[in-house]
Amino acid sequence: MSWFRQACTSSVGKKYIMAVTGFLLGGFLLVHAAGNSSIFWGRQAFNSYAEHLHSLGILINIAEVGLLTIFLVHIYTGLTLFLQNRTARESRYAVQKPAGGRTWGSTTMPYTGLAILAFILLHLLNFHFTGQDKPIADIVGPILNNPLYSIIYAAAMLILGLHISHGFWSVFQSIGINHPKYDGFLRAISWAGCFSIAGIFLTIVLLLLFSGNQLR
Amino acid sequence: MAKTITITIKIWRQSGADFQGSFEKHVLESVDTDMSFLEMLDVLNEQLTLSGREPVAFDHDCREGICGMCGAVVNGTAHGPERETTLCQLHMRHFRDGQTITIEPFRAKGFPLIKDLIIDRSAFDQVIIAGGYVSVNAGSAQDGNSIPVAQANAEQAMDAAACIGCGACVAACPNAAAMLFVGAKVSQLALLPQGSPERKRRALSMVTAMDKAGFGNCSNERECENVCPKSISIRNIARLNREYLRAAFTAD
Repeated sequence: MSWFRQACTSSVGKKYIMAVTGFLLGGFLLVHAAGNSSIFWGRQAFNSYAEHLHSLGILINIAEVGLLTIFLVHIYTGLTLFLQNRTARESRYAVQKPAGGRTWGSTTMPYTGLAILAFILLHLLNFHFTGQDKPIADIVGPILNNPLYSIIYAAAMLILGLHISHGFWSVFQSIGINHPKYDGFLRAISWAGCFSIAGIFLTIVLLLLFSGNQLR
Repeated sequence: MAKTITITIKIWRQSGADFQGSFEKHVLESVDTDMSFLEMLDVLNEQLTLSGREPVAFDHDCREGICGMCGAVVNGTAHGPERETTLCQLHMRHFRDGQTITIEPFRAKGFPLIKDLIIDRSAFDQVIIAGGYVSVNAGSAQDGNSIPVAQANAEQAMDAAACIGCGACVAACPNAAAMLFVGAKVSQLALLPQGSPERKRRALSMVTAMDKAGFGNCSNERECENVCPKSISIRNIARLNREYLRAAFTAD
């Protein structure tokens, strides 16, 4: 298996790891956003979605461990790349001018990533490790009706949008999917994924802030 | 009558890798706008020599944009403001009268500085030595067209082979990664039948040599293809990624 370890620690291998874990996390976000959109149909729909999810029993635990593993691999590899790349240029340019390839998203990748990690910890404290045995609507409703939390959650979703604005397209390039015939299509589905994820979550945050009755 | 401009040069001076470097300021008057950038540096060096000072060391050879020797970061852009242009083919008509021009060497751990603007790019040679060639015994010349090559493949291989190894991609990359260079060198052979027998070993060993040389990791920032004087596309990086994956899992 030394060939496998060697491949995983090479520069190209690490990009594959980032791309594959990033793609899986993107898939998780899409499912998460789709599930949360049950909030649009009110309290009953949202609670029943949560109950159905919990009724999966052991499957949900397996999924949680899998998700945690993917997250940890993505974070560990991302930080390794970030630190290695910092040492690859020891002296800085006096004049720095983007040549036209970088975007806000690509430039801020490590920082938005760390900000999202901080947000996920808060998010888990808010909704997962609550220690309360209440219907999910009664936990989510009051928190997202609090303007302070709304601002944090909305900001986090904008940061997430920025992160995946580079991430989604980057997945394809890193695993070698780049062909003139599909350039437009890949860019389009990357943007569609980015906007639908960030858009659904942001709409939920705004809806729960301005309409306190949505989950009552 | 040729147009002339007066410019202020802020140029990097460093006696060697172990010395502290700094910028030096010079004013050049009556610079002919038909001069190339390197000819302007020649004028600067004459001025320095006549006043008894050390001339600026910079790399150059063919001065017609095909050898890959020249290169510096001019006002924050590798090879200067003109797209698809090497430094030697950049002309002073692209600068304004009274402009201040900052000239720095390509900065990357993989390219240690030798003196002033001269850097050591032998890391690229190490990458080529690792597998950037065809070593199968080709035998005597065979009949024409006995190995069919699709026109599109021939064109793409030629596009990749246009790489002159100047190192601007590394200089422009925020991570000082050499993926565009290695992508081009792997692609030019992977696209043709002659390169196929060794494609797996080539992809693995060239990436290993690249990593060993201290270059950074690609993060798809696309700065490289924007400064490349031969406009090598990042499609070649995607191809390298595919070649590497296939080789990692299926090479003997």
